[in-house]
This record gives sequence, structure tokens and C-alpha cells, in this order.
Amino acid sequence: MTLTHGSSATSAPATGADEAELQARFDALIEADQRIEPRDWMPDAYRKTLIRQISQHAHSEIIGMQPEGNWISRAPSLKRKAILMAKVQDEAGHGLYLYSAAQTLGISRDEMTEQLIESRARYSSIFNYPTPTWADMGAIGWLVDGAAICNQVPLCRASYGPYGRAMVRICKEESFHQRQGFEILLELSQGTPEQHRMAQEAVDRWYWPSLMMFGPPDDESPNSAQSMAWKIKRFSNDELRQRFVGMLVPQAEVLGLTLPDPNLRWNEDAEQWDMSEIDWTEFHEVLAGRGPANAQRIQHRRDAHEQGAWVREAAAAYAEKQAARDRAAA
Amino acid sequence: MSTPGDVAGEAWPLYEVFVRASRGLSHVHVGSLHAPDDDMALRNARDLYTRRNEGVSVWVVRSTAITTSDPDQKGAFFESPAGKNYRHAKYYDKSAEVPHL
Amino acid sequence: MSPQPPANERRSAAAVDAQYEAEAAEAHGDVTVDELDLAAELAGAGGTASEDVAEYALRLGDDALILSQRLGWWISRAPELEEDMALGNIALDLLGHARSLLHYAGTASGRSEDDLAYWRDEPEFRCAWLFQQPNGDFAHTIARGVIASAYMQELYTALSTSTDATLAAIAAKAVKEVAYHRDHAVQWTLRLAGGTEESRARMLVALTDTWPYTDELFRDDALTERLAGVVPAPSSLRPAFDEVLGAVLAEAEIAEADFTNRKIGQSSGGGRHGNHSTHLGPLLAEMQVLARRHPGATW
Repeated sequence: MTLTHGSSATSAPATGADEAELQARFDALIEADQRIEPRDWMPDAYRKTLIRQISQHAHSEIIGMQPEGNWISRAPSLKRKAILMAKVQDEAGHGLYLYSAAQTLGISRDEMTEQLIESRARYSSIFNYPTPTWADMGAIGWLVDGAAICNQVPLCRASYGPYGRAMVRICKEESFHQRQGFEILLELSQGTPEQHRMAQEAVDRWYWPSLMMFGPPDDESPNSAQSMAWKIKRFSNDELRQRFVGMLVPQAEVLGLTLPDPNLRWNEDAEQWDMSEIDWTEFHEVLAGRGPANAQRIQHRRDAHEQGAWVREAAAAYAEKQAARDRAAA
Repeated sequence: MSTPGDVAGEAWPLYEVFVRASRGLSHVHVGSLHAPDDDMALRNARDLYTRRNEGVSVWVVRSTAITTSDPDQKGAFFESPAGKNYRHAKYYDKSAEVPHL
Repeated sequence: MSPQPPANERRSAAAVDAQYEAEAAEAHGDVTVDELDLAAELAGAGGTASEDVAEYALRLGDDALILSQRLGWWISRAPELEEDMALGNIALDLLGHARSLLHYAGTASGRSEDDLAYWRDEPEFRCAWLFQQPNGDFAHTIARGVIASAYMQELYTALSTSTDATLAAIAAKAVKEVAYHRDHAVQWTLRLAGGTEESRARMLVALTDTWPYTDELFRDDALTERLAGVVPAPSSLRPAFDEVLGAVLAEAEIAEADFTNRKIGQSSGGGRHGNHSTHLGPLLAEMQVLARRHPGATW
């Protein structure tokens, strides 16, 4: 315990009775739906879980720029080019908001970047799928961003303050992402037969991967219960997946496109959507890094980082020289 | 560390960003970013935090320049105001019915 | 720790929905997207261009379009994420200028901005060679950027008082954005020139490679002479441009002799008349490939 207030070194690790008291205070804050803020005491496991989740989320935004960035140069109209460019740029912004939030937990962005480019960190496996046609821009917006928004809205109330605040900002900005994807598909679906086919094939490609974004079924999701107790996570994987499918069904009708699951129907008695079994073997393959584009995604990021090194060093060296000049003049 | 998030040894230091949403409002903390120096930090803040007309003015400050209160001293630091109800107008109930008070 | 319901004890869909909606409403209490007053997407829309003005607008529109197409490549590849944001903003500004200018150019012949961007062949483009130059390393992008933005700043400043109301409106919006582009390029020129030995060497190579495309920007020709009084003579923009560049280079402690190559001299650059550098063809092929595969389609 320090004798003065104000700036101080990080609190020494609490021990014994101290720790029990701190844990009780932490539990009470969580119980009361209060937010935990950066300099509050928190259990190590809570901090680690958050660092893992927020940095993975940030990495996903940054890697997620690539499948769509791939089409910026070829967007079929100038309006679509502007929208896509703004969207991919937003994803860089969202990555930055999230890295900021993670950094308040004591990990540097440099370290997180290293973890990513050395393949030591995970990111959402969905971004390892390739984007062979323009219709994929529509399907990613409608299905992938749709699933992401479903996951993210509850995170706005995550117990860790900086994470929740970053998510509020992200959710606000993402509201346009899903709509623009839907509109791309609508244009294609109502366009030439070839465009319509392109749209249907993209939906066929992205439907199942988007459902996998909610994670494994509840009875196979080891970390979920703890995250829900800590109020980092507020709905179970299956709850969110059900909710998402329920939103897609009427939207697919408006689009004039089919969701690729012959067994999909509302079960009145169970009050839930019946659907085919998800092929989790594919999910685990992709997650383990054997996805079609995994190596390519990481290489792209590593190239950007390595080829930018001399620029970052130049700016830092210039700042140092300017500071020295200012000191000499003072 | 003087403020959460500052980690020594990063290539570009961390800056905290404050944005005034419109005239008449205070600058509010919106997040952080990395920049090589103050000039670039301001520009990066403009590019990152005001893409949708969110602000009319931006402040940036090196995270290390911020001094914070100690959360472990929360009780001692913020206890004093409790009980000093006479600082609030509400405390003075005898004048409640008197016009223009 | 609060007790957990067993994971397989499913809540009813309606109960989940109700909680979700409540939480979403709380988290998004202050979102007012529907009340946003959206600004016009295309500046100066409404006017009809004469044939000469259309040809002039095409030059400016193509400059902006091609530079935007180049800069878009950097998104996800910039030296730092903050720079992805900055270059993305610049590319988007330029694309906005291109759309306004091409839209206006198209009014003379009944063509849309997309007709002009996607359905013209290489010789019909009117961009100067500077804008076609590859991104190269970051220093090349910055060298191209500092020349382009310093030129555009003088151009749009002069054009914002044009007697052609549409050109004036487009220029008035563009000039503010281009001022920021110039600031961005200047800041980086100073940092690269004054950073490390490597960055200074790269900046000098980049200036040497890019400088030959400067003169083309300031050449008067029959079109600009016919439009005298409506648009500034390109040559009239040169003194102010030289003054700005001179000041930047002086601060960066770069002498003209450090990067002007007397053996190469200035490019003859015939972009304004459809004679292009070898870089433009592949750029257009990539930009136009999808649109051209689906004639008559809408997107």
C-alpha cells in the first residue's frame, strides 16, 4: 500500500486476506452489473481471457480486411468502389479500437502484432475462406457481418469498460456494413441470370461458415460458462446462432435467394429453428490453420509489417531528432 | 506505469485521444492510438476518430503524460464528499417552496 | 461467482430475443443514423457541361480516379495501421472528386460516371503520367503524393472561382480535402528525408524517379487556351507550386540537384491526349475487368 496518492507504480500483487477482499469487491461489481476499469484489481484469469478475446477480435478485423480488399481494385462501379473502400478502412479502424482496449490490460500492440504474424494468435477462421467473385462482397456483408453484429451487440455491455466502449463504436459503424452487403446481393439477385447465379453461389459458400462464427455448440464450449459468469459474454453460442438464423430466413425471401439447408424449419413445439448438423470437421481444419487462405493471410500481414519497418523507424528517428533539437533550444 | 496501456519500448508511443463532438461540449476521451510524434498523433486521430463527422476539435496527449488516481485508494480518495450534503441545493428544504430560489 | 444454468438448458427463442433487444436498445441508445442529414454525394450535380468543359473535366476526373485506384492498393498494406486509415481517407476523397468530375464530364455526351470509368479504352483516358506511376515503396507514394497534392491545391484554389458554376462547386469542396492530402505528404516527406539514412536515400530515389512527371501538369494546350477565363492556364499554377515545393524541400534539407536527373530530364508525357505510360494499361485492365464481363448489368 502506498502512502501517497496519484501516480504510482502498478499495485503490487495482492496476497492472502488482501486478495480475498479484492476478489470480493470484483465479484460484487460484476454482480451489480458495474464495469471493471483498467486499473481495477481483477483476477488473472479474467485479464488473460480478455486479452485473448480482445486481441483475437482485433486480429480478425485486421485479417478481415484482406478478403474484401481483394476486390477494391475491381469493384464494378465507382459507388461500390467507394463503399467497399470505406468498409475495409473501417475494419482497420475497428482493429485499432480493439488493440487500444487490449492495450489497457497491459499488452502492447507490438506484441500482439508479433503474435499475429508469427502465427501464434488466432483470428476468426471465416477470413481464411477465399473470395472468388464479386458476390462474395455481398455475402460477407450480409452473412459474416450479420453474424458479427449479432455477436457484438451484447458485447457492448461486456463487463470490461474499454472493451464495451470499443464495441459500441464498432457496432454503430458496422450498421452500414451489413446493409451494403444485403444491397449488393439484392442487385445481383434481381440482375441478369448470371448475376443471380453468382449471388446464390456466394450465399451457398458463406452460409455455413457464418453459422460457425458463433462457435461450437453450448455443450462443447468449455470457456463459455466462465465468460458468461464474468459477464464478458451474455448469450450462449447456440442462442445467438438461433437468433441469427431467425433473422436470415425472411431476409433471404426478400433477396429471392435460398439458404442452403433443406432441413431448416421453425419448430413450433421446441420454439427453435431445426437445422442440419453443422460440419465441424471443416471448422476445426480451418481453425487449425489448414484453411485455404490461412498462410496467404498471415504472409500478407507479415509483408506489410516487414516492408513498413523502415518507415516506422524513420518516423521514430525523426521524432527523436526533433525532440533533441527542442531540448537543445530550450 | 502512469496510465493504463502505456507499455515501455514500443516503436511508436501511445497517445490518448479526446474529441469535442460539437461546440459547447467538453472534449471526451474516445480511445488511443500510436504515432511517432505529436504532429502525426493529431493527424492520425483525425483519420481514425472523426471519419463520420464525430468532432470539431481534437486533443491528443502522450499516455505517459497522464497522472491517474490510484484505484486501490478509491475509498480514501473519494470518501470525503459523502455526507457533505450541504454542498447540494437539494439539502436546503426550507427554501424549497420560495420562488426563484 | 453467480451460478450457471446448464449449457444444454435452452431458453426459449422469445426470451432470448426479448433480452437481446433490450440489451441492444441500451447499448445503442444514442444512435440516430436515420436522422442523419446526408450531404450530397456528388458535388455540383445538376449542371450540363459544354464539349470543351467536359473534356477538361475528364482530365481532372481521370487524374483523381487513377490516383485513387493506386492508393486503394495500400489499404491493408501500409507501414502502420494508422497509415492504412490515412491513405484510405485520401483515396476516398479522390474517388469522390473523380465521381463528381466524371459525372459532369458525362453530361455533355449522355454518359454516366461508370460509362466513362469502365467503358473507355486506354487512349480515351486523359490522366497525366504522374498519376499513373506505380506505388513503388512508401517513399515513391509520398513523392508522387506531394507533387500531386501541391499541384491540385493550386489548381482547385484557382478553379473554385471559375465562371463555370459546377466546376467551381466541385473545386470548392476538393480544395479543402486536397489541403489535407498535401499536409499528409509534406509531413511524411519531412520524416522520410530527416529520419534514418535509409529513409533519406529512399526519399531521394523516389523524388528522382517521380520528378520527371512534373512538367506535364503545367503545360498549356489548345483546350486550356479555348477555356481561358473559365479554367486557369496550367502554366499559371507553376510559380505557386514551385514556391510550396521549394519550402518543403528546404525544410527537408533537400537541394534540387539531389534529385533532378539531367540525363533523363522531363517526360514528354502525352496523357492529356491519350498517349500513356506503360503503367496505365494493366491498371485499367484490372479496374474494368468485372464491369466489362457483364455489359448492361447494374450493381
